[in-house]
Amino acid sequence: MNKFSIRKYLRDMPLPFCPGCGNPTVMSCFLRAVHELGYEDLRKFVFCSGIGCAAWIPSPYFKADSIHTTHGRSIPAATGVKLVRPTLNIVVFGGDGDLVGIGLSHLIHAARRNLDITVIMVNNMIYGMTGGQMAPTTPFKAKTTTTPYGNFEHPFDTTSLIVAAGACYAARWTTFHVEQLREAMKKALTTKGFAFIEAVSQCPTAFGKRVGLKTTKELLQWFKENSVPLQEAERTAEKDLAGKIVVGEFVSRELPTLTEIVHETIKEATNDA
Amino acid sequence: MTKQLPLDTYFMQGNQACAEAAITAGCKFFAGYPITPATEIAEHLAKRLPQTGGIAIQMEDELAALSAVIGASWAGAKAMTATSGPGFSLMQENIGYAFMTETPCVIVNIQRAGPSTGQATKCAQGDVMQARWGTHGDYTPIVLSPNSVQEMYNLTIRAFNLAETYRTPVILLADEIIAHMREKITIPPSNKIKIINRKKPKKTDKTFFNTEEIPPMPSVGDGFNVSVTGSTHNEQGHRYTADPIVHRQLVERLVNKINKNANQIINHEDHNIENCEIIIISYGCTSRAVHETIELAKKRGINAGSIRLKTLWPFPEKTIQTLAKNAKMILVPEMNLRQIFYEVERTVHGTVPVLPINKIGGGEMITPEELLTEITRSVNNIE
Repeated sequence: MNKFSIRKYLRDMPLPFCPGCGNPTVMSCFLRAVHELGYEDLRKFVFCSGIGCAAWIPSPYFKADSIHTTHGRSIPAATGVKLVRPTLNIVVFGGDGDLVGIGLSHLIHAARRNLDITVIMVNNMIYGMTGGQMAPTTPFKAKTTTTPYGNFEHPFDTTSLIVAAGACYAARWTTFHVEQLREAMKKALTTKGFAFIEAVSQCPTAFGKRVGLKTTKELLQWFKENSVPLQEAERTAEKDLAGKIVVGEFVSRELPTLTEIVHETIKEATNDA
Repeated sequence: MTKQLPLDTYFMQGNQACAEAAITAGCKFFAGYPITPATEIAEHLAKRLPQTGGIAIQMEDELAALSAVIGASWAGAKAMTATSGPGFSLMQENIGYAFMTETPCVIVNIQRAGPSTGQATKCAQGDVMQARWGTHGDYTPIVLSPNSVQEMYNLTIRAFNLAETYRTPVILLADEIIAHMREKITIPPSNKIKIINRKKPKKTDKTFFNTEEIPPMPSVGDGFNVSVTGSTHNEQGHRYTADPIVHRQLVERLVNKINKNANQIINHEDHNIENCEIIIISYGCTSRAVHETIELAKKRGINAGSIRLKTLWPFPEKTIQTLAKNAKMILVPEMNLRQIFYEVERTVHGTVPVLPINKIGGGEMITPEELLTEITRSVNNIE
């Protein structure tokens, strides 16, 4: 295998992320995964992303085809692309606001349909691009610009939700767990069927400073100390898991994909007609 | 493989004619969400598209339906969705996205009585202005208005052709009456039907936005590394949101590529228009009462003529200005509370009186008798 060079996959443009942002870590993990799977370029990939900081990971920085959609609609756009061009690898990047807030319905339905794509959700627990508003992933009681008295609501356990909806692969890691994150991405990309990765990521600019974790180091330390491996979490009482980040591979299974079923149906219908 | 229906005469429903025309036009992807009175299009295509190697999928909502259509179009397929008022409202954001990203696609809106759920099974023509101004920001849509089952077929094909020619979303704005009635329709032989496909880039092309009036469109997966975004973008498609000139040039080009070609797009059917004193300007189901009205008026010694709009947008301003010169009065019947009426009034700019005739509720059409009453009254007023 050639030596990994991130520049091989990137356009020569300055990245838009704030200092200390977790997005470059996720980007680097993904491109390393792609490299380790033997892809010399991104020709076989199409990237779809919606609105929010994480949507800028592929578009327009990856030297590849990318469709930057309206807010929350990256997955349905990916559905159209994948069904028409089933041999391409479709990867969706999005934030928690994009995929679990405004676009949640599409995420669940894509898992239910077993649409053969990979979705990488960067969960920074906040609406970062708009300056730090409460997201459906914001921890209980956390202070944000729209929850100045603390968040009234409890955050979504998105990965468990997606397992229940029928995903073939689902894993959660944090930007502290770069090795595991990269390995999970490799597994997701080679999974036949709907694959979901939740990358819990730091946003010192819009999240950290409001919850008393001002630096990237403090946020990564928090991820490290609060992460509980899935096997351990299964043995732990629910009340003891409050505020913890359960990490690991939640599911890995093989099921017939939407693309297979649709194209099989077309074959039969064409012969019948 | 059954492709389009063979040359013959059929007795068919408007929605079925629309679906069959989509297949003839080369549609290979349909995404929809059930809604009265457009559902038959989805049902018909669910059966017929797979027979022709195409894909029909039911999405979780109308937002997803148009998003999937846009994705499919960038994957190289001619793509369509069909809906009615409430779904059309949900699609507005992505209509703007399709316009901004120059994504050819067809959006069928079978109008029903709104606002809101209104009278969901009854006909209306209340979405005319939404079709024009529904998305946010500056844009110019192409909107077609059929008035028969035959025209549901013809204009659906034309909608695809216009979408592919101008690399833009095209709206087929039909109504419940045209969509649900059954009529005789003649399917022409395939060599008599003009099918237009989008201009593809040459292997060496690197810019797919903002370089010429209608740039070539690559498909994803073809090695062009195309980046598609609804943000203001430069000719490579890369986001460029700080420069006023880039935004101005992009949006003005997008608007002008429709406006400058308005003469090629605009289509209307005129009847007894030379030297008539009363002109009736109508479209869609309402126009079906006009011919009889003209005959009835003739018997009363009133010389009336008709302009039937087959394209609502771009609006045929010049045509109306020219044809209205000798008229004493223009009547605009619509199944809404005045929409095209204001466009006509704006167009003739006070040179001719314009009279609105409006009816809503229960899907009741404006009858020839009602039109005649208004014509007689207005003639008396003029005299």
